[in-house]
Amino acid sequence: MQSTKENIRIGFYVCHCGHNIAAMVDCADVAKYVKGLPNVVLSRDYKYMCSDPGQELIQKDIREYKLNRVVVASCSPLLHEHTFRSATAAGGLNPYYFHMVNIREHDSWVHTDRGEATVKAKALAHAAIDRVAFHKALETKTVKINPDALVVGGGIAGIHAAMTLANAGKKVYLVEREPSIGGHMAKFDKTFPTLDCAACILTPKMSEVGAHPNITLWSYSEVAQVDGYVGNYKVRVKRKPRYISEERCIGCMDCISACVFKEPKFEDEFNEGLGKRKPVYIPFPQATPQIVVIDPNVCLNFKRTKGPDGTPIVSDRCKKTCVEACGDKNAIDFTQKEEIKEIEVGTIIVATGFKTFDSKRVPAYGYGIYKNVYTALEIERLVNASGPTGGEVILREGKNPDGSPKHPKSIGIIHCVGSRDKKTNVWCSRVCCMYSMKLAHLLKEHTGAEVYNFYIDIRAPGKGYEEFYNKLLDEGVHFIRGRVGEVTDWAMTPEEEGKLVIRVEDTLAGYVRRIPVDMVVLSSGLEPQADAQDVRRLFNMSCGTEGFFLERHPKLAPVNTFTDGIFIAGACQGPRDIPDTVAQAGAAAAEALVLIDKGFVEQEPNTAFILDEECSGCKSCIPLCPYSAILYDETRKKAHINEALCKGCGTCVAACPSGSIVQNLFEDEQIFSEIQGVLAYD
Amino acid sequence: MKYSYYPGCSLKGQGRAYEESLLPVMRHLGIELEELPDWNCCGATAYMAVDEGKACVAASRNLAIAEKAGLQQVLAPCSACYLVLNKTQHLIHDYPQIKSAVDRAMTSVNLKYSTDIPVRHPLDVLISDVGVDAIKQKVTHPLKGLKVAPYYGCQIVRPYATFDDQFNPTSMDRILEALGATMVQFPLKTKCCGGSLTGTLPEAGLRLSYIILKEAIKRGADVIATVCPLCLFNLDSFHGKIAAKWESARIPTVYFTQLMGLAFGMTAKQMGLQRGLVPMKPLASAPACCAARTAAAAT
Amino acid sequence: MEMTRTIKYEADRVKGFGEEVMSVPGCEKLKDCIQCGTCSGVCPLSIYMDFTPRQVIEMTRFDFKNEVLGSKTIWLCASCYACSVECPQQIGITDIMYELKQRAIKEKVYPRGLPTPVLAQEFTKMVHDYGRVNEILLATKMYMKTNPLAAMGMSTLGLGMIKTGRFSMIQEKIQGRADLARMLETVDEGK
Repeated sequence: MQSTKENIRIGFYVCHCGHNIAAMVDCADVAKYVKGLPNVVLSRDYKYMCSDPGQELIQKDIREYKLNRVVVASCSPLLHEHTFRSATAAGGLNPYYFHMVNIREHDSWVHTDRGEATVKAKALAHAAIDRVAFHKALETKTVKINPDALVVGGGIAGIHAAMTLANAGKKVYLVEREPSIGGHMAKFDKTFPTLDCAACILTPKMSEVGAHPNITLWSYSEVAQVDGYVGNYKVRVKRKPRYISEERCIGCMDCISACVFKEPKFEDEFNEGLGKRKPVYIPFPQATPQIVVIDPNVCLNFKRTKGPDGTPIVSDRCKKTCVEACGDKNAIDFTQKEEIKEIEVGTIIVATGFKTFDSKRVPAYGYGIYKNVYTALEIERLVNASGPTGGEVILREGKNPDGSPKHPKSIGIIHCVGSRDKKTNVWCSRVCCMYSMKLAHLLKEHTGAEVYNFYIDIRAPGKGYEEFYNKLLDEGVHFIRGRVGEVTDWAMTPEEEGKLVIRVEDTLAGYVRRIPVDMVVLSSGLEPQADAQDVRRLFNMSCGTEGFFLERHPKLAPVNTFTDGIFIAGACQGPRDIPDTVAQAGAAAAEALVLIDKGFVEQEPNTAFILDEECSGCKSCIPLCPYSAILYDETRKKAHINEALCKGCGTCVAACPSGSIVQNLFEDEQIFSEIQGVLAYD
Repeated sequence: MKYSYYPGCSLKGQGRAYEESLLPVMRHLGIELEELPDWNCCGATAYMAVDEGKACVAASRNLAIAEKAGLQQVLAPCSACYLVLNKTQHLIHDYPQIKSAVDRAMTSVNLKYSTDIPVRHPLDVLISDVGVDAIKQKVTHPLKGLKVAPYYGCQIVRPYATFDDQFNPTSMDRILEALGATMVQFPLKTKCCGGSLTGTLPEAGLRLSYIILKEAIKRGADVIATVCPLCLFNLDSFHGKIAAKWESARIPTVYFTQLMGLAFGMTAKQMGLQRGLVPMKPLASAPACCAARTAAAAT
Repeated sequence: MEMTRTIKYEADRVKGFGEEVMSVPGCEKLKDCIQCGTCSGVCPLSIYMDFTPRQVIEMTRFDFKNEVLGSKTIWLCASCYACSVECPQQIGITDIMYELKQRAIKEKVYPRGLPTPVLAQEFTKMVHDYGRVNEILLATKMYMKTNPLAAMGMSTLGLGMIKTGRFSMIQEKIQGRADLARMLETVDEGK
């Protein structure tokens, strides 16, 4: 079975990884076992193979013992395959004569019986020893990186990433789903713990993006398709019709005041439904781009029914006073259709953000049942000077005896709504403690009300955060440690009449309390966007069990994904606050710059190739290739694989009826010998 | 449709008006009920407090009898019975030690527990199998103008929400609305009535009943509709004590099946309404004889 | 003034008690408790408890067996399951209360004069002997054993029951009494 052409001399190393492996696997025993296997010249166990001395050991042994194969049994190849390949190369061998065995993630970390874990390590080592004998010398290939980049999502993460790349002189496409960039941050009034005005620090960045010569901003657009590979992505972007010519609209908003609807009548998404807008609108005064949008669902000039393809049908029923007002600018175009733009980029940063937990899912807290129960995001708009009430905190329900709007005299803020709960989202949403305190401060400042925070634990681990908590205590904001059981409107005592009653255990005092308040604020948690799974598939990324995009490594590659050239930033990867988001966006931009400025990447030589004499020319592989890497040579009636396009997925190898496609690093004899090896241990 | 009817002790005792109204109403809707032969007490909440293993064994005997009789579904109108029978199935399912205890007990008397026969509440059967429309069609005397506080109590939606929402159940609301009645907004729908604590620790137990009664009155209800014999007992029987301790909160409490019967043209007497301690006022829409009888029952 | 020591020493713990409770079906998740207090917040009877449900959980976890089994809290639980359903860690708090009740009865350490455990035991006896329960007889028995005077206070209710035809002194019995008793006994044999 074994190749007789050369004299195989294998060096084997088993790594203790401190206690990570050694605590569950008897490494010395594994080394002793492997020593007795065929072709093994030396077998060692060592504390940290990835350390400098560990790598030098490999190099020295290659030279001294004339090794021509190296196997290391340690952690995941994701972490250190590159390290050991480099060490092998430094020792004078082709790096592909190296093979790695994962006895940490696949063994010591997942087992509890040391004897059995050791047996498994031996079996896995045996498989690698049998396999590596069939390894061949391979050459890596390089591919060029297109210097243009795509940033998906125009929240603070996307804005910062795009600005960083653009300021470094790279051309950036910024694609945003909504009519304006700004994301959640644009809705906030102040930011914690410094209480800077969110708009004051965000809107200058938004205008810079809008005006930057290196940034192509496509708002009201979505990525529809992504093809290609690192350095060479082909992306199709869907540009939704806003029924306004972006080139001609100057943002004067004359059309809005001219609209046949004299008063705003429709739910204003930007103000969380607390305000109203017209069918033609601009989401908020500082919106970027400063271009209006027409909502065909409510505009009189569109029919209520949609066409067979789902597109709105123009009714021409309206007097079109907006068109009149627009005049010569002639920017309104009711016939605008969805448009697809094709771009080529080398790197992509996904910064699609989060959505807030739907508080209706916790019926015990009464959101949607009692009008004076609010979400935190609604309060952000309510305390905002540019919000629907101009910053006046007015209750939705109830009036003063003289008919004037009522202000709350007591407010309860409930933390962890939807978070830290196995019935909904198990994770801590990280930002709610701090934003709850910020809102507590703002509400107290605006209304002078008694403010109660109901919390399970106060999590204030950022810079200046604990100090902010102390400030709130000094301001007389109340903190009650207890997860609220219920918000209800039935009264037991006279002072509860007409109020919302919060029933909670004050766990520190040990009393169950009923606290009547005028207003309840629900600090809803953060969760993945509703379409996160679609986006994940679009960009060939992974998601954690909770649905946030998965980073390549939680510690060492936090903005990388498992797809080269695609990076993640901000709350799409997990709940985080603005400073962390901006830092991560900068990191993602830097990672993209590494590729762009290097200009090329080395690729795994795990490509497939065709054994020419055996190919029957049946063409069955050609339509199966997801990368369109297989061509058919009409003259020779043979298939041919373009190595530059092949990503090594192996689909064609498995499908070829004559077995005439071979994949580097996955050749039949390599795999069969590995299987025999793993089964050989008994 | 045929169901095995598991009345439980209450429906043969102080809660007999529930049975008296349930049986004709179900028959009227074409549902056949066959009483489970020689059934025994489910064990209620009390048995679980003494010995969980025995509680499961006692309850599972009923399920084994149903299985032996070849019955497909068990109908348990009492909330405690409904919960205990379901809980027993869950425990047998999830815990091998409980399953083996039950199997041992079964073997000792030549019974067998092998399948989980669905145990269902009349609300579930009415809303899921019969349907609101079919109920509506049978209404001859709509309950126009009757304001009802729909009270579900604890144990039909907790801990297992199988046929309705756990926090805001609506199955009874929908049925009663189909009868022409109006529901008042009632946030205490699934609050505890005090259970057996009204007897053992009245200080604590009666307070819960009082809150429910008081809020139903405050929200303008004419009557509280319930699905459980213990809830009805607690809400109906302690008005003197409640008045002495807090304030008078007299409002009639009836089984939802009694209201169904009235809407189907059955008489108050047939529906056992005379068994309530706080009488329900006669309905304007009731047949003359019926109104007279309800009035008679009220005196 | 009489002073009570409230500090707890390790010797006050009955080591292993918490682990034992957590090994019972339905009680396993007790160890996941984060002490948020939701159980107490939703418990309709928490207002009369000597320890809140949350405290009972913590005391159980740390082996304060005597304090837990002697508490009124477990007997105030009406089994409404609100705590179990709302618990963010999905701890079967109602089942834990049942388990604690069973232990308190077994060890006869429940607070004196509390009728609830007496009722529970009379109930099971009735089921064992007859297969069915007569609520009127059961209540009478309980009052006679715990507080005969209170029984007098219930006379109005009794009269009401008679008037509405819901009063019955006849004990219903099932035919399979012997079978049921046999089945229940196998549980003790299996222990």
